[in-house]
Amino acid sequence: MGALSIRNVRKTYGHTEILKGIDIEVEGGEFLILVGPSGCGKSTLLSMIAGLDTPTSGSIHIGDRDVTYLPSKDRDIAMVFQSYALYPNMNVAQNIAFGLEMRKVPKPERDAAVDRVAKMLQISHLLDRKPGQLSGGQRQRVAMGRALARDPKLFLFDEPLSNLDAKLRVEMRAEIKLLHQRTKTTTVYVTHDQVEAMTLGDRIAVMKDGVVQQFGTPDDIYSRPATRFVAEFIGSPAMNMISSQRAGTGLAAHGVELLLTDAQRGRLNGSNEVIYGLRPENLSFADSGLAGTLAMIEPTGPETYALVDTPIGQLTARVPGKVVHRVGERVQLQWNADDAHLFDSKTEARVA
Amino acid sequence: MSAVVQNHLPAATPAARTEGSVMNRINFHRVVLWGALLLFAAFFLTPLYVMLTTSLKDMNEIRAGNLLALPQSPSLASWAKAWSTACTGTDCGGLKPFFMNSVFMVVPAVLVSTAIGAINGYVLSKWRFRGSEVMFAMMLFGVFMPMQVVLLPMSQILGWLGIASSIWGLIVVHVVAGLPSTTLFFRNYYVGLPDELIKAAMLDGAGFWRIFWRIVLPLSTPILVVTLIWQFTNIWNDFLYGVVFSGIDSKPITVALNNLSNTSSTVKEYNVDMAAAMIAALPTLFVYIVAGKYFVRGLTAGAVKG
Repeated sequence: MGALSIRNVRKTYGHTEILKGIDIEVEGGEFLILVGPSGCGKSTLLSMIAGLDTPTSGSIHIGDRDVTYLPSKDRDIAMVFQSYALYPNMNVAQNIAFGLEMRKVPKPERDAAVDRVAKMLQISHLLDRKPGQLSGGQRQRVAMGRALARDPKLFLFDEPLSNLDAKLRVEMRAEIKLLHQRTKTTTVYVTHDQVEAMTLGDRIAVMKDGVVQQFGTPDDIYSRPATRFVAEFIGSPAMNMISSQRAGTGLAAHGVELLLTDAQRGRLNGSNEVIYGLRPENLSFADSGLAGTLAMIEPTGPETYALVDTPIGQLTARVPGKVVHRVGERVQLQWNADDAHLFDSKTEARVA
Repeated sequence: MSAVVQNHLPAATPAARTEGSVMNRINFHRVVLWGALLLFAAFFLTPLYVMLTTSLKDMNEIRAGNLLALPQSPSLASWAKAWSTACTGTDCGGLKPFFMNSVFMVVPAVLVSTAIGAINGYVLSKWRFRGSEVMFAMMLFGVFMPMQVVLLPMSQILGWLGIASSIWGLIVVHVVAGLPSTTLFFRNYYVGLPDELIKAAMLDGAGFWRIFWRIVLPLSTPILVVTLIWQFTNIWNDFLYGVVFSGIDSKPITVALNNLSNTSSTVKEYNVDMAAAMIAALPTLFVYIVAGKYFVRGLTAGAVKG
């Protein structure tokens, strides 16, 4: 029995189906990421776990309790909102203690909890301030403190970092991860940012149009994307996608035969049109291989993104360090057949 | 000294000149602006000035005819008369009982209509239900509906309730008539409060009323002040409902003021009329002076940022 299980959850508004049968099981202490583009239904799903919305059908269980129609306050969960939603009329200490106060926890225990949480998040010096007097990062901490104070069964995060600037976002991301390692509270975290998804999650559910495209560990998602969408959504720069057709026992794009392993050849059976995917980091410059013209270079410091025009289309290569070639020069690209991801171009499902 | 500076920095002279002309232009605009504002202020304040000075004069001085002159020997005699002995119709007890009628009517009517408006606004913005938008749209009709339309049906209802011609009846009428505006004020203000605040409070375990008392109401000061002033002014100044729905003993001050100025035995006592009008207007003036800055602040405060 998992800590959280979502069973065949559907949600329709009028004729629009927002969620089309979601099944997710999370073990105790796990960090689950719901990731996907806006409108994929991830926030709706989170609202249902929080009890702020109800599914049209299906059920949600926390521990061994069916909580599908239970009000939020009886679910023993805490949530951090995108806008933090701190109570502007209360100071930080009152904000953190509010949930405990509503649950009739005696004052001394409340004070102790506020103290504990404030120390953990290093906000002890802010306890008397109002939310209006805090910076974005401090508000974020207080919002987490409010959730932590209650010591809930389940933590919910709704895009908590998207209002912060880039530097602070990286800092807070690390802090959330440390916090989870320390408290080991089961967590559901909604984001549209694939880097947050990969760095934080024990398990990731990639969603699109109300369907879970793939549910697995970050490594699963990255190494064996189940659909073309997952392959393109996770990873930056995005995976190169080459449309190819069957040619003999293998694949060809624009007359160029594509590298395949025997195992991959064996799986091609049903598909005539195949998408051949290559991650930019699997491409490298070499003395032989696929010839092309260097179209653009984007140095990031530790590595460089190179756009190369080749007969099979424009490919992005992600190579370590600097690129010695110049724009306009002829270059050759190499990769291992193992690294290719094959998707059926009709169903978009993984072939091999 | 300045000559030396100019010799050293010849370029400074033309720069200083253009700067000077800019300054002159700003001053000119200022003068025009201030002039216009003062003119308007004088225009609007003159009636008040005339009322005040006339109320302090005796009848001989008023008959002498200089409307704008200061009173030669200011006296509060006409204020005293207006308050306690002037005749309104056949009754000659001054405005005092009617002033108290208005107070007994205004205080509960303002408090109740504001309280219900706040709760309505809270429900219509944060606890929406099927049809709540339609309900709000229908309530909006009430804001634009002419008061005269409700006179007959309302008097019938007050009759059924057995509170016709009483202060209670007037309170009910003003509460009902004020609800559309107070609901509109609070609803539009609360729409600006982030929904996530309510959701966070729900997750924290607070219910409908706790969220209202602990989170929503403490954030409502600006709109609360606006609504209180708005309702106080409207209800205190109302004449139509007062004249239609009141009995002999429950007339509000506006009706009494009308009766007082229409009751003239031998001569028209302008000084008493003016004093009576001032007495009738003082509470609203007082409220504006005390809470006026909150009023402006509340009207301009569109949304509250968390």
